[in-house]
Amino acid sequence: MSKTFVTANRLTDGLVVFRTADGAWSTAYADAALYDDSAAEVAAASSEATVVVGVYAVEVEQAEDGSWQPLTTRERIRVLGPSIAYQRSA
Amino acid sequence: MYRYDEFDHAVVAARVDEFSSQVARRLSGELTEEQFRPLRLMNGVYLQLHAYMLRVAIPYGQLSSRQLRMLAHIARTYDKGYGHFTTRQNIQYNWPQLCDIPAALADLASVEMHAIQTSGNCIRNTTSDPFAGVAADEVTDPRPWAEIIRQWSTIHPEFTYLPRKFKIAISAGEEDRAAVAFHDIGIRIVRNDAGEIGFKVLVGGGMGRTPRVGRVITEFLNPTELLGYLESILRVYNLHGRRDNKYKARIKILVDALGIDEFRRQVEVEWAHLRGSEVEVPASEIERIHSYFVPRELPARPEAPAEFLAARQQNAAFARWVDANIINHRVPGYAGVTITLKPAGGIPGDVTADEMDAIADLADRFGFSELRATKDQNLVLPSVAQEDLLPLWQELVSLSLAEGNHGLINDMITCPGLDYCALANARSIPLAQEISTRFADLERQANIGPLTLNISGCINACGHHHVANIGILGVDKHGDEAYQLVIGGDARDSAAVAQISGPGYSQEKIVDAVETTVNTYLAQRTGAEETFIETFRRIGLAPFKEALNAAR
Repeated sequence: MSKTFVTANRLTDGLVVFRTADGAWSTAYADAALYDDSAAEVAAASSEATVVVGVYAVEVEQAEDGSWQPLTTRERIRVLGPSIAYQRSA
Repeated sequence: MYRYDEFDHAVVAARVDEFSSQVARRLSGELTEEQFRPLRLMNGVYLQLHAYMLRVAIPYGQLSSRQLRMLAHIARTYDKGYGHFTTRQNIQYNWPQLCDIPAALADLASVEMHAIQTSGNCIRNTTSDPFAGVAADEVTDPRPWAEIIRQWSTIHPEFTYLPRKFKIAISAGEEDRAAVAFHDIGIRIVRNDAGEIGFKVLVGGGMGRTPRVGRVITEFLNPTELLGYLESILRVYNLHGRRDNKYKARIKILVDALGIDEFRRQVEVEWAHLRGSEVEVPASEIERIHSYFVPRELPARPEAPAEFLAARQQNAAFARWVDANIINHRVPGYAGVTITLKPAGGIPGDVTADEMDAIADLADRFGFSELRATKDQNLVLPSVAQEDLLPLWQELVSLSLAEGNHGLINDMITCPGLDYCALANARSIPLAQEISTRFADLERQANIGPLTLNISGCINACGHHHVANIGILGVDKHGDEAYQLVIGGDARDSAAVAQISGPGYSQEKIVDAVETTVNTYLAQRTGAEETFIETFRRIGLAPFKEALNAAR
């Protein structure tokens, strides 16, 4: 069985944000609300043009550990951030 | 080095003000994202996977130490403390906040830098040979001509909304070091039989989903006619380039459709109107621009000094670095130095702010405060006394940037890939790290010899996989990453597009496939003097295919 979450990039800093159950945005994936049908939520979120950019829904599946994970590598990387240690000597 | 005049300063300052206002209007909601997007792109601001990205222009790759320190300041103040040098001799930052970008652009303007035309469907940063002005093999310094093109193409009102982006490269070395054959327009400065300098112009080269080697449109163009001729090419393209299909909108597709002869005819019809017009650069202006690039009076320094020769004999790591990373300078006693940003296991082209500052210090100490960014994602100190090579190398050792791997397998071009890029299908950087770790032994790299290995995370080919001796292309296989291996590309005058070696590989298998390809070359070469590409040209793809299939 699959569900979806709703995501976008935040206008001010471009960071990935997730739609929460109370209709706010969070940078933490753990706060993402899961929907059986997210069409209405995507439509509502898309009207927040001074808050976010590029609203869309991502399909997720439940992993063995019970967590909900995106189906594609692209979306998994988007949730987790770059897979590399990018601040070499920082 | 060119210095801004009052017009340059005014143009850049006005653009900072204009873009600051556009950002404010976007944040307030006065501009929609649809309206704002083309405006931010014209100022080098992308929205990537995790954040905005700011691409800063480094015209024909030339940088002063003061400018590099400013790039470090930008990384530290507005980003996460690092930057990424690109194949277009630019630098990009992966984490700037939109609300900070106007301030970053104002800081850049204070050292005569900007992000204008680093994106969008316009004429991008003109690229050139990183050793322009110092290489022993060059016909003339291409930088004055690159600067003339920069001034002509900056905010050119007719060419601000082209069908697609447009890239120009110019080089003048006996050996092309700017991949001119793979640009929308590639210019080689040549000398004719009468000893006069002129331009051989190629058009319709490019990578992406339709890789093409540029076709010769004119063998010899008089210098004063350059801008009239470029303008004629751009006009034909602007008029007939396809705007209905993004994937068919580059000039190479138009040149394919018309054929080079018909394309040339149309350009010449246009040129007949422009020849002798005000578009042509007056001799006085050519002279004025050249005056900024008068060769530096280098103090006399000993040629092949004893200490340098002794160190080269006694220190294998230094000797390797000298063999790979040094080129001949036009002035005896000097050398051109490549600082490869490719430590084993590192991220190709990434430099931290602290490293930028340290390299700027080295440029001050050993290199007349001058640097270049290269299309291979490295930095260059164009003029270093041979006597100073050892102390310079020792400083680079302490920065972990002293590997003598320039032009060898670990000197990879790698796009940001799926770790950052919204267009990518697969990751590039982790693969580059795995390959450079596998081939970390410098003796092994030197034994393999000159070899280009480039990685792109998608068919847009930002990682130049088409022109690599060994190229890797990331593809999407049902939402997972997969990689195609291509062989036999060449970015130089002997330009060639690499050929597909067979079915794709998983992430787990692709590095083994690279090793099989390298081992096949080693087994087949006639001797150490036959390079990978020479062997490939002699034996063709079949033996590589066979070995790769056997190893599957």
